[in-house]
Amino acid sequence: MLTLLFDGIAYGMLLFVLAVGLAVTMGLMNFINLAHGAFAMAGGYVTVLLMNRLGVPFLATLPLAFVFTALVGALLERTLYRPMYSRPHLDQVLFSLGLVFMAVTAVDYFIGSQQQMISVPSYLQGRFDLAAVGIGKYRLFIIVICGLLTLALQMVLSRTRFGSRLRAAVDDPRVAQGLGINVNQVFLMTFAVGSGLAGLGGALGAEVLGLDPTFPLKFMVYFLIVVSVGGTTTITGPLLAALMLGIADVMGKYYAPKLGAFIVYTLMIVILTLRPQGLFGHKGAK
Amino acid sequence: MSAVQTSLRANAAWRWWELALGVVALLSLFFAGSHALLLNEIAILALFALSLDLILGFAGIVSLGHAAFFGFGAYVAALFAKHVMPDPLVGLVVAMVASAGLGALSSVLVLRGSDLTRLMVTLGVAAVLYELANKLDWLTGGADGLQGVAMGPLLGRFEFDLYGRTAYAYSLVVLVLGVFIARRVVHSPFGYSLKALRDNRLRATSIGMSVNARLAAVYTLAAALAGVAGALLAQTSGFASLDGLDFHRSADVMLVLVIGGTGYLYGGIFGAIAFKLLHDVISAWTPQYWTFWLGLFLLVLMLVGRDRLIRPWTWMKKR
Repeated sequence: MLTLLFDGIAYGMLLFVLAVGLAVTMGLMNFINLAHGAFAMAGGYVTVLLMNRLGVPFLATLPLAFVFTALVGALLERTLYRPMYSRPHLDQVLFSLGLVFMAVTAVDYFIGSQQQMISVPSYLQGRFDLAAVGIGKYRLFIIVICGLLTLALQMVLSRTRFGSRLRAAVDDPRVAQGLGINVNQVFLMTFAVGSGLAGLGGALGAEVLGLDPTFPLKFMVYFLIVVSVGGTTTITGPLLAALMLGIADVMGKYYAPKLGAFIVYTLMIVILTLRPQGLFGHKGAK
Repeated sequence: MSAVQTSLRANAAWRWWELALGVVALLSLFFAGSHALLLNEIAILALFALSLDLILGFAGIVSLGHAAFFGFGAYVAALFAKHVMPDPLVGLVVAMVASAGLGALSSVLVLRGSDLTRLMVTLGVAAVLYELANKLDWLTGGADGLQGVAMGPLLGRFEFDLYGRTAYAYSLVVLVLGVFIARRVVHSPFGYSLKALRDNRLRATSIGMSVNARLAAVYTLAAALAGVAGALLAQTSGFASLDGLDFHRSADVMLVLVIGGTGYLYGGIFGAIAFKLLHDVISAWTPQYWTFWLGLFLLVLMLVGRDRLIRPWTWMKKR
């Protein structure tokens, strides 16, 4: 029971790191980006290819996955995403869906459609018991990394100048612009970091979630659940939503394997019907 | 007659190209030949896209789960033919009523919230139905699909043949009926009120329009039409499967509508023709990777602006 809870938390933390970039960019530019999972997949493949083809150690591939996807994210933001901000949501959905289709088939073409395997280093394998709770070392590693990241994000958002600019821009981009904040630049940074985090999450999750070219489509719904249920105004909202989703999913798969996804979707519909702004969101100016 | 009345009448009048389209449809019945199966698919897809146009183009609801009603209609029609009676017309009506019921039920869910919320709720409804159909395998056949559906002859006389001639005629007649109904609805005061609340919901409310009732009504109508499209597919192919509820079907139909253009009813028809031809051409050339080109097409289309595709005279102008 507690072991399941632990696994659920690990899963939830992973989902949070994967989806937090989406939450911030969505809150900032009101842009519905279905292609966020493609960045996660890119990170996962960076790790897999570096480890399996070049023999780079696992820990060293993680920062590389982050940097690579952040750069790709920044590039795409400047070239493709920026013109789409002012468009209707339908256009944004179709645009990002097109990106997903391209990413899925491109990976399929260049790398192949098979499931990618990675072997985490031996000191992260296996599990130990702590007060009768079986704890997987790799899952503990995920929790620690993701927990540290969350703390760091929270610190950046609440303590630094960039963080206050970002919060101002989320609250009201027009007024922020009027106050001399370069909203475009803030957004470029945020998009890049968000994509980078997704890439890092994809790299960390390659072992737990599995990695194949359909990854962006498979997990798209989960990211969107985290964002829509958690709301886009804070980062604690998506964090709690991700933890809930992770725990519900792991528990559901264990106790009611036939109904697993059914429970998650039904819960989401109920929550969104009762609280359309998300569980932790509040009605903003938009 | 006041000026407003005159202009509304003029809007509702039949145009020459609508009549031409009808003539082409009629002629296609006689010259279908070996392409009848493909044409049947196009007609069904067009009806499905038409139903999405009612809620997306006219009421402004962005739905990523419209396949819920399509797949539901398909299962209802197939189950009805298998267990109750094989008459296609009765089955079609039953599927329509059932999908309308489902639409009315789920319309409550799309009334509130932002575009993102609605996107997620519609997607969630389709996903829940998908999971249900997958798990209730004693009823739906699960992942194998519902097989062994034997349809009776149409009107007690025309058998569904292997070449799809009857099927195409059947689907085409239903599509034309669907266009008539949708056209009537869109040019009615109700249709105009939908456009008003799509363009500005706040103002529509403040001039005393009951926004929620109208949205629920059009959502139900669209669900019924989508259910009919699904039922047509199940009846003409004698098969209903999970594929009808899958996410890619919701995405495809949205794409079809966008290629054809939203908000003028015929976008679904032109889009369906273009989409099927595109699909046939590209997948003949590169069967495994055709979605890449589809994605690229979408990307470019969105970057240059989707309104321009159906208005070639704007291609050379600056935005």
